[in-house]
Amino acid sequence: MITYVSKRLLSLFVSLAVASLIIFAVVEIAPGDPASFMLGVNARPDTVAALKSELGLDVPAFQRYLAWVAGMVQGDFGTSYTYRSPVQQMVLDRLWISLPLALYALALSCLIAFPAGVLAAARRGQLRDTIVTGATQIGVAIPNFWFAMLLVFVFAIKLAWFPAGGFPGWENPVAAMKALTLPAIALALPQAAILTRVMRSALIDILGEDFIRTARAKGLTAGQALWRHGLRNALIPVLTIIGLQFSFLIAGGIIIEQVFYLPGLGRLIFQAITQRDLIVVESVVMLLVFAVIIINFLVDLAYAWVDPRLRRRT
Amino acid sequence: MKQLTLICGAVLTLVFFAVAGMSFLWTPEPVDIVNIPARLQTPNLTNWLGTDHFGRDILSMLMVGARTSLAVAIVAVVIGMGLGVPLGLIAAANSGSWLDEVISRTNDLIFAFPSLVIAILITAISGPGAINAIIAIGIFNIPVFARLSRAAALPLWKREFIMAARVAGKSKARISGEHILPNIANLLIVQGTIQFSLGILAEAGLSYVGLGAQPPIPSWGRMLAESQTMITLAPHVAIIPGCAIVLTVLGLNLLGDGLRDRLDPKLRSTRT
Repeated sequence: MITYVSKRLLSLFVSLAVASLIIFAVVEIAPGDPASFMLGVNARPDTVAALKSELGLDVPAFQRYLAWVAGMVQGDFGTSYTYRSPVQQMVLDRLWISLPLALYALALSCLIAFPAGVLAAARRGQLRDTIVTGATQIGVAIPNFWFAMLLVFVFAIKLAWFPAGGFPGWENPVAAMKALTLPAIALALPQAAILTRVMRSALIDILGEDFIRTARAKGLTAGQALWRHGLRNALIPVLTIIGLQFSFLIAGGIIIEQVFYLPGLGRLIFQAITQRDLIVVESVVMLLVFAVIIINFLVDLAYAWVDPRLRRRT
Repeated sequence: MKQLTLICGAVLTLVFFAVAGMSFLWTPEPVDIVNIPARLQTPNLTNWLGTDHFGRDILSMLMVGARTSLAVAIVAVVIGMGLGVPLGLIAAANSGSWLDEVISRTNDLIFAFPSLVIAILITAISGPGAINAIIAIGIFNIPVFARLSRAAALPLWKREFIMAARVAGKSKARISGEHILPNIANLLIVQGTIQFSLGILAEAGLSYVGLGAQPPIPSWGRMLAESQTMITLAPHVAIIPGCAIVLTVLGLNLLGDGLRDRLDPKLRSTRT
């Protein structure tokens, strides 16, 4: 296990290093430099040069890269060009919307997918299975931002049960959860459809195993065998997918935040991009990639911990 | 039942292609003519699907928008296949070597990136537009095809007919092209339809946030974005383009499922 963990840890660091290089390079080749953008077209060259040196943009790219990485390691994400405030503070403020939204959506997606997947697998080939499978087909085909618009139309405009957009802040937890409910449902829908399919096919695979037949042979009913032996074994692939879905929830959240005017990380990225606030763009994207890589790492570890065969393979 | 999936998928996909193709020759009305007095009409005899806030015919917009979606998604799949498949084949042919290691680890890395975030980053930085959307979506198709073709090609390298080809003196590149590729083509076609449908969703998402095809080129995502503020006045303007996306993506997914069952009976019903 220790060799496995250290190997994975090494590849984790390599991934993070390469990811940071790619992000830095992509942002670096962007046309338009932030200093002249902030000062407008009529700025005098010496003013631009002065602002450049103030923002630290006059040093060579690799030095800026090293400074950026060194800062991030110490928890310092740099200072926003536009707002002149520390990036980590801006990110932390927004994270309190984006993270609960992703977790809320994840919870909803599990709540829908687990029963639906079990139902479909237990009644394989019957009407209920066909209905569930058909629903998942439609679920993955619906663009979630369009589903979000429809939810707003029905539940915010027509029925006025939920707000159509905006965020009241966490001082009022009930209102805050209410504001996040429609976005979370919209975000959860495609993920729930995918998770239902995974749950269904994982269970169907497991139900064909010998140990289920043994369980039936010792006198358990089909339902008991499914609940006591099938479900636990089917959870392994399901947990992997849940881990992977987190990255989709983060990415999907960016567009959903636009639909609901939620001041989360997604809106921060869009604002920063239009204002050429490159340091914010770099840091937020790096943070998202970091989160995804770490989660995949943890999922891999959990997997190896549960299934010792995997440790030997790599 | 399985036949039905394939048929439904094929019909929906054909309609999508036909509509996109027909838009080159004929649309009910030109899409660039603004007719404010006739705006936000509900579906009627002259405008079968109604008109938008500029009085443009929605059916015509949809037809031309189908062309945009199709072009972006197809070119993105071609990029993914064109680069991903050779990479996967090279990795499989040299499995265990440093080359395989580099290709596989790079794939893992790109896989770990939240693709939409990077797509937004690329399009936002190099400017919004259909071309950049294609590149952004295409890049993330590369590791999908590379992984798939590597995984499918690896077991083939142990088979007798490949051994025979090696004994006959064929190079690895020739074997990959002449023997491996035809044997994994089925899988690639199925994955192609799936990536195609994902590409259509991604394009819609990007153009919804204003990073896809730019006006005046109609695109489904932007039609939705523009309709958002008018959803109370004219819900059909928001509902119809969404339905077009759903039907197209559904059709492609069903086609992919149906083809997979048809081409590879081993995979039947275990699909996730």
